[in-house]
Amino acid sequence: MNAFVIAALLLVLLTISYQVGWSRSRRLAGASSERLHSRPIYHGVLVALFALLPAIVVLGLWALFSGSVSRAFILAQLPPETAQLSQVQLQAAIGRVQAIATGFGVAGEPAPEEVAAARAFETFQLVSFLAVIGAAAALGAGALFLAQRRIGLRLRARTEVEIAVRIGLIACSTVAILTTIGIVLSLLADALRFFSFINPLEFFFGTTWNPRFQSTGTGSAGEYGLLPLLWGTVMISLIAMLVAVPIGLMSAIYLSQYAHERVRNVVKPIIEVLAGIPTIVYGFFALVTVGPFLAGVGDAVGLDINATSALTAGVVMGIMIIPFISSLSDDIIAQVPRAMRDGSLGLGATQSETIRRVLLPAALPGIVGAILLAVSRAIGETMIVVLAAGNSPVLRFNPAEPTSTVTVSIVNQLTGDADFTSPQSLVAFALGLTLFVMTLLLNVLALYIVRKFREQYE
Amino acid sequence: MSDTLLSNADHGAANRERVRKSLARRHRSETMFRWAGILSIAAALGFVAILFGMIISKGLPSFWQSTVHVEVYFDPELIEGGPQPQRQDSASDADHRAAMVQWQRDVTLSNWNAIVDTALRTSAPDFEIETRDLLELVTSAARFQLRDRYFADPDVLGQTVPVTILASANTDNWLKGTIDRSQPDSRQQLSASTRQLADELLAEGVISFDFAWHIFTNVDSRSAPASAGLAGAFMGSLYMMLIVIVLAVPIGVASAVYLEEFAPKNRWTDLIEVNINNLAAVPSIVFGLLGAAVFINYLGLPRSAPLVGGLVLTLMTLPTIIIATRSSLRAVPPSLRQAALGLGASRNQTVFHHVLPLTFPGILTATIIGVAQALGETAPLLLIGMSAFIANIPANPLDSATALPVQIYLWQGNENRNFFEARTSAAIMVLLGMMILLNAIAIFLRTRLERRK
Repeated sequence: MNAFVIAALLLVLLTISYQVGWSRSRRLAGASSERLHSRPIYHGVLVALFALLPAIVVLGLWALFSGSVSRAFILAQLPPETAQLSQVQLQAAIGRVQAIATGFGVAGEPAPEEVAAARAFETFQLVSFLAVIGAAAALGAGALFLAQRRIGLRLRARTEVEIAVRIGLIACSTVAILTTIGIVLSLLADALRFFSFINPLEFFFGTTWNPRFQSTGTGSAGEYGLLPLLWGTVMISLIAMLVAVPIGLMSAIYLSQYAHERVRNVVKPIIEVLAGIPTIVYGFFALVTVGPFLAGVGDAVGLDINATSALTAGVVMGIMIIPFISSLSDDIIAQVPRAMRDGSLGLGATQSETIRRVLLPAALPGIVGAILLAVSRAIGETMIVVLAAGNSPVLRFNPAEPTSTVTVSIVNQLTGDADFTSPQSLVAFALGLTLFVMTLLLNVLALYIVRKFREQYE
Repeated sequence: MSDTLLSNADHGAANRERVRKSLARRHRSETMFRWAGILSIAAALGFVAILFGMIISKGLPSFWQSTVHVEVYFDPELIEGGPQPQRQDSASDADHRAAMVQWQRDVTLSNWNAIVDTALRTSAPDFEIETRDLLELVTSAARFQLRDRYFADPDVLGQTVPVTILASANTDNWLKGTIDRSQPDSRQQLSASTRQLADELLAEGVISFDFAWHIFTNVDSRSAPASAGLAGAFMGSLYMMLIVIVLAVPIGVASAVYLEEFAPKNRWTDLIEVNINNLAAVPSIVFGLLGAAVFINYLGLPRSAPLVGGLVLTLMTLPTIIIATRSSLRAVPPSLRQAALGLGASRNQTVFHHVLPLTFPGILTATIIGVAQALGETAPLLLIGMSAFIANIPANPLDSATALPVQIYLWQGNENRNFFEARTSAAIMVLLGMMILLNAIAIFLRTRLERRK
């Protein structure tokens, strides 16, 4: 009902103001021999903008504060000892009054003071609603009156509307900045709170990760050494690169230099399918298929390989990254000038010699940039390692054993009913900050290399 | 080459031999290089094939689930609470609801297990079996199913009605053979008599493998794994995708338009540009941290709500849409802008009337691809509590909910591995199916709309 009235009010205001602006400007144009600066549409839109803004501001403020105001009003109506009740009982008492006021009623006979409060609340609601609607309508109408008086032959209505549009566009593009600021501030603030519990040196150089769970309270906090997690992250990323770089690079070379156009058109999209698969699917794949397979292979050759290990996670992450490497290197190889290739072939080099001795060295910086981008993606990857790395945050160097990573620990520390005051959950933000800085540096470096390389041939 | 060598008599045979050898070596390495390329491509394609093959082969069987078809007698002696209370004229809404709640409580407290028991016994009258073992045959949700059937239609009291009940997850494992049948009794999840009865009923046709529609219509369930479905997660994902589309597309397109068409080239816009490129590369889990710190902790929005998930995914998708929109704006020929400006259009008119309409196909495909990415994202949702167990279909974006990929995460961790490995693969098939559908729509729209231009 309320929403309907508000929508109707805004709609009526919109229609009337647009109509007023439009028709007044048209009349003006008809009556005068001079031409209007802007077309009537813009006058209409401008008047509508002027009329709607104050009404929306009033309604918005009401939406923000009406809840707490009506609670305070009901509380004032109830006998004074109600205020002594606990938070939950207070909530229930207020809820009962609201239920009676809406006519839904409460089970059983309501107490007389409740009925009285409910009657008073009903009146209050009606009055406040009428007041707000009235204020919004009056302000809107006032603004409408003022705006339509501005209409004249010289009014630059279009320019003003365009400025409003421009302001809207600018507001939208600041969202990206606000997001970054939000990320940095929230990570930094909570990480600093974490560092007030734990010495940063201990965090960055500690070799034991044992954050004891928080049911023990905020007392002694456990050990938060980052190094085991960092090493796990690096090891898994290394394995992923060992899988992805050769396969990705060779596929890119073959597809761009050797393969028939038709083969390329079929194979390339199929490989790119790998990039679109959600990482949770890769995690499940690693857990159910790759892990047991690797363990079986290990058994067959006499090696002790765990089903959930750095190796499993790394191999599957490598598979995920193949299309990333192949499409980036494909682009970069394609940018090497044709003349260099043709020159090498013309001197009698075979195709593979041309690729290895001419194309690859020329494309090398770009490929390195692409690999760095892939590394930053591997470092930030979460679901595969959550499922397949075994979650064992111990510093060890055998890739066939379980390990843990920065991202896994963030998930572990923040899932469940964490309160945001204990070091056990705050450490997630310190880890997040580390991750953010690492990937940021890698990305900036990679983009710098790729861009620098591009300039060489332009 | 060999002709010139031949003419040079001095070097003769030795040289020829040397060149032939080196040529052979070079050709060998050429072949090997080529084969390395072919093998890499084969490996990549092989991974795709194995991945899809494994998921389909594991997931398909779980779409057909063993179902028991029985005649249920709604016994008036067992169902308590009497007839459904009628609305009294004098009663307020609250009083009427209290009476209904009381009645529903009485009905719920009736011995529904006994009704299930009787129904199962009538379909196998000669079989000697204890009640406890008999009830193991069907899902523990059976009694709620019958109760809900009664709530929906209290007139069935005293009648016999055909009902299909899901077999329990353990029965399903046994009948499908996903559990080793040769294991001794002590290692089996079902008693010997239940297993025998299950086999017998399957042979008689009382139990059959029916298409498991409930995967799409039920919500997740902890006590009755056989009836667990995806509906709740699906609705959660749907709400989030709606929020992403409603917020990310207008904001993304607007900022792309501003940056590409209006923004002066100065330090500020450079900053925004670098920012957007960086945001596109920030690990997704960091967005989850942002959501936990800002939306939940600071702004006090509810945990586990699709609204928060949607906001987080919006921020993640925004860079994708901005970058794609900018590149399609860049692809619009400048002559078009100059023509519009030359005819006296303002810059706003040029952009909104002439340039932007040409980029709609690009924006549309970018949107769909962004949404598909957001649909599969899991990690940030774990941090804002969307991995909680939710047994309701969320009615609005502020209700607790989970999402499709998070449901996959929850199911893969279920203890009943024999049953849930298949169910997880089935959920993955649903998710991948939706993503393939989205991508197909994107490709279709791109080819269709671009041709018309």
